Amino acid sequence: MQIHLSRQDGVPTYLQIVQQVKHLVASGRLQAGEELPPIRVLAQQLVINPNTVARAYRELETVGIVIKRSTSGTYVSDAGSPLARRERLRIITERIDSLLVEARQLNIDIDEIIDLLRQRDKALPSPSSAE
Amino acid sequence: MIAASSAPAVIDIQGVTRRFGATVALENVSLRVPRGVVFGLIGVNGSGKTTLIKHVLGLLRAENGSVRVFERDPVADPVGVLSRIGYLSEENDLPPWMTVAELIRYTKAFYPGWRDDDAEALRHQLNLDLGSRIDTLSKGQKARAGLLAALAYRPELLVLDEPSSGLDPLVRRDILGAIIRTVADEGRTVLFSSHLLDEMERVVDRVAMIDKGRIVFTAAMDDIQANHRRLTLRFAEARSHPPELPGALSWEGAGQEWTAVCHGRTDELQTAVLACGGQIVEEARVGLDEIFVARMKRTPASVEQE
Repeated sequence: MQIHLSRQDGVPTYLQIVQQVKHLVASGRLQAGEELPPIRVLAQQLVINPNTVARAYRELETVGIVIKRSTSGTYVSDAGSPLARRERLRIITERIDSLLVEARQLNIDIDEIIDLLRQRDKALPSPSSAE
Repeated sequence: MIAASSAPAVIDIQGVTRRFGATVALENVSLRVPRGVVFGLIGVNGSGKTTLIKHVLGLLRAENGSVRVFERDPVADPVGVLSRIGYLSEENDLPPWMTVAELIRYTKAFYPGWRDDDAEALRHQLNLDLGSRIDTLSKGQKARAGLLAALAYRPELLVLDEPSSGLDPLVRRDILGAIIRTVADEGRTVLFSSHLLDEMERVVDRVAMIDKGRIVFTAAMDDIQANHRRLTLRFAEARSHPPELPGALSWEGAGQEWTAVCHGRTDELQTAVLACGGQIVEEARVGLDEIFVARMKRTPASVEQE
């Protein structure tokens, strides 16, 4: 499980872990039943406080992304797939919101944005070759 | 892992004031460090961090107020307190004539809880030769030797006073790793002072900002980041001075556009901005260093606590 922490944008560390694990689950890079690294292992790997990792895991457990089996560890829950779609939509909605905010600041209206989206979609290589 | 607040704190400082001649080094400082927490002290050089830490270690007697560590007075009961503390400072005054092996034997004599296998594992990890004399070690290796002496008896409280000043990134990483291992063993506590905010951000649960001997702000690290925003406001008319905005810590700007690091919930800030006749044109999260600078520019009337 690859987590990258950024210190520039002021997002709390636990939240960065939560968002990235959600992202990994949504994109299928973490699958149902897969085990997350133990708290102290991830803490040492990222050089961060274990309490922070514990908080991130608790948060992920509360929203049902992972389940904690009392002694053995933390696993991606089976509820993964429907949630994965919701999560994918949520991630993309956030991106759209920030796009719209910026468009408003730059005085570009919604129809123009939609046209631009279509144009850019055509200009990008197809998904199969995009990897 | 964080103990309930009703449990006795590992460090409990109440209303401590300290003067050196006419200089006030600490002014009415109160601080509580619960068990299992990494507590960070942030402040510029000369702000009072080391003086505060010396009170915790019993090296200075509180003139006013009280200092309790493990519910004991560190001045009255130095053995009872210090035998449970691992301490590493920037000065790192290890006996220069000793070899690493002698340092280990010497330190071991003070601590009943010393474990040879732990010390040996740590020595390997830190890459220290038994035969090297302390005075021949590089600055980084000296810091590692100090870390070995501070950690090998698995202290309940680890106190680090600017441990990584002037050290290379590899040694700094060893020190952070040591902090992480210390808290990963449940129930152990760390008090950590630094002016390197990046390190603080990584490992600290709770932080106190100290300026001119006063604690100006204390909060959980996650809340600090969640509750500060940089807002840029635009006004219909040019202004000669910044607006009055509750929660604004420091202003920059001129004319119609003014930017501030603000403390508060987003919705409250939005209401306040409307009330002062402005419009938010930009909003961003801020890193700890920017919050620190904004807090330090300001001289608060009272300590804020979240």
